[in-house]
Amino acid sequence: MTWFKRQAGELDTSGERKVRTEGLWVKCDTCRQIIWKKDLEENLNVCPKCDRHFRIDARTRLAQLLDDNEYEVSDSNLTSTDPLKFVDLKAYSARLKQAQADTGLKDAVINARGRLNGRTVVVSSMEYAFIGGSMGAVVGEAITRAIEQATETRVPIVIVSASGGARMMEGVISLMQLAKISAALACLDEARVPFISILTDPTTGGVTASFAMLGDLNIAEPGALIGFAGPRVIEQTIRQKLPQGFQRSEFLLEHGMLDAVVHRRQLKSYISRALEFMDQSSVVGRQTSA
Amino acid sequence: MAGTELLLSMVEARLARNGDGSNMESRDKTHQELEKIEKQVARMQQAAAPDENTQREIRLLNDRLQALRKDMSSSHYKAWEKTELARHPQRPYLLDYIERIFTDWSEIHGDRGFADDPAIIGGMARFHGEEVMIVGHQKARDTKQKVYRNFGMPNPEGYRKAMRVMKIAEKFGRPLFSFVDTPGAYPGLGAEERGQAEAIAHNLREMARLQIPIVTTITGEGGSGGALAIAIADRVLMMENSIYSVISPEGCASIMWRDPTKKALAAQAMRITAEDLKELGCIDGIVPEPEGGAHVDHEAAAALLDSSLQKHLAELKKGTIKEMVGTRYTKFRNMAQFFTGED
Ligand SMILES: [Zn+2]
Repeated sequence: MTWFKRQAGELDTSGERKVRTEGLWVKCDTCRQIIWKKDLEENLNVCPKCDRHFRIDARTRLAQLLDDNEYEVSDSNLTSTDPLKFVDLKAYSARLKQAQADTGLKDAVINARGRLNGRTVVVSSMEYAFIGGSMGAVVGEAITRAIEQATETRVPIVIVSASGGARMMEGVISLMQLAKISAALACLDEARVPFISILTDPTTGGVTASFAMLGDLNIAEPGALIGFAGPRVIEQTIRQKLPQGFQRSEFLLEHGMLDAVVHRRQLKSYISRALEFMDQSSVVGRQTSA
Repeated sequence: MAGTELLLSMVEARLARNGDGSNMESRDKTHQELEKIEKQVARMQQAAAPDENTQREIRLLNDRLQALRKDMSSSHYKAWEKTELARHPQRPYLLDYIERIFTDWSEIHGDRGFADDPAIIGGMARFHGEEVMIVGHQKARDTKQKVYRNFGMPNPEGYRKAMRVMKIAEKFGRPLFSFVDTPGAYPGLGAEERGQAEAIAHNLREMARLQIPIVTTITGEGGSGGALAIAIADRVLMMENSIYSVISPEGCASIMWRDPTKKALAAQAMRITAEDLKELGCIDGIVPEPEGGAHVDHEAAAALLDSSLQKHLAELKKGTIKEMVGTRYTKFRNMAQFFTGED
């Protein structure tokens, strides 16, 4: 594995680009407020009026979580081989190329190693703009490697989910990624290495039904859609309208499925506090050789 | 000749129009029609004078027939045929197999937190005299029972009961047989409230390190995470006419083709048959079924499954538990590696 370092500023651009396409002003879908784009960015892409958390891309997320936006990226060249040669209305190979061009990534996740308030951490940050953050063989492998790296080096791992679930164009191969990642998490768990799962808008399907729900702590941003089945599928199944706020972070918190719902502004300090608590080097009588 | 040509055109048009959505009955009808046309063409061939025009027309008819035959036997029909067999209403369900393969079945109920979920059953039994634990989805045939079993679609409490049953097996060192036959985990309001995703995720992690031999068989439908949640095993087998997929063919067709009638095409594209999964390295073996499918002969199907289970369990018991769990981990760790580009 070759490590390469990227400097601050170099990566933190695509969040800006996303907003720029809509001009200098952005309308908040929740409170209808027209917000000056720059104000929104300065507020971590959270609506200054109603606190709606806008979706942010994987790099912006890393910039918000890791000290000085400095980190080492790994596993960034893994690329799908389109094992099923899947073609629906469009060829999967073409969808991949398009997503790669749009995001500058090979697939829907970035593995990064950096510092969070001075403490070394591994972060897997998912990219929703890459085919809905869907999980195929590459995302499965990348996240597994991040978990293994955390286990082997005894460094805490933070996985930031933003995903519609398994990637249909890889069929059952995408399903098997759930098994693979969950098995790696069993090893991590046995090694007593901390795992903080961050669920952001949206986290559904196979991602929720595997690693996103398996953190030592499962933390969500406010208002994020989180669930197993999609709301439309549920509506069709039960043939009734879903209640207001169904499958949103606050709903999950109320039903005991989350440890906390944390504002983006406090997210880093919350994680930092948890990692302090979980730090095994300060546990009396426990061997923690690295 | 005009009549034959007309019939042929009708079959072609129908297949082009709704070939993907055709069911078994309409396929049988098409096969019969093709046979009829073939006979007519053969008769023409015998009767025809050796004039070149007639010969050429017969050749053309034969070409079209051949193309239709090829279309009919193409893989997307096969994948869909298997889907229909996997869902066949007369296909044996778990209790049918338990009755025929195991003795001393004693069911264990409830998740200790919320309810007992009849869509998943679990319990103690003997397998050729040996104490084993069984867990699996249960479907039903009549309407009342179907509703009771929720069409084999578990709620979170079903998966939590399954894990509780597995833990009992582990505590007392008994092998576990799991059986999968579900359209998927139930997508309902209560299921979401009670943490369907968490229940499945928890099972995936815990089964990976369960310290007992596990043999899973996909007997019918292997519906996505709802199937996988009881299918992390040392041996994962699929019955010949079962399917295993990340989403139902109908669901895939609706989303990817925006047209649910493209289900046969979606079934083929996703590669959901036992042969497909074996080829992709996602399962360990295929359990043969009696001619025509398991629904034709429950006794024979159970006997074939029985001998597969015996073989695989015997193989697993040769090594130590520690080695076996290590091998299980490595298997899933290295499964479905379809990528390039190491750093
Ligand atoms: Zn707002």
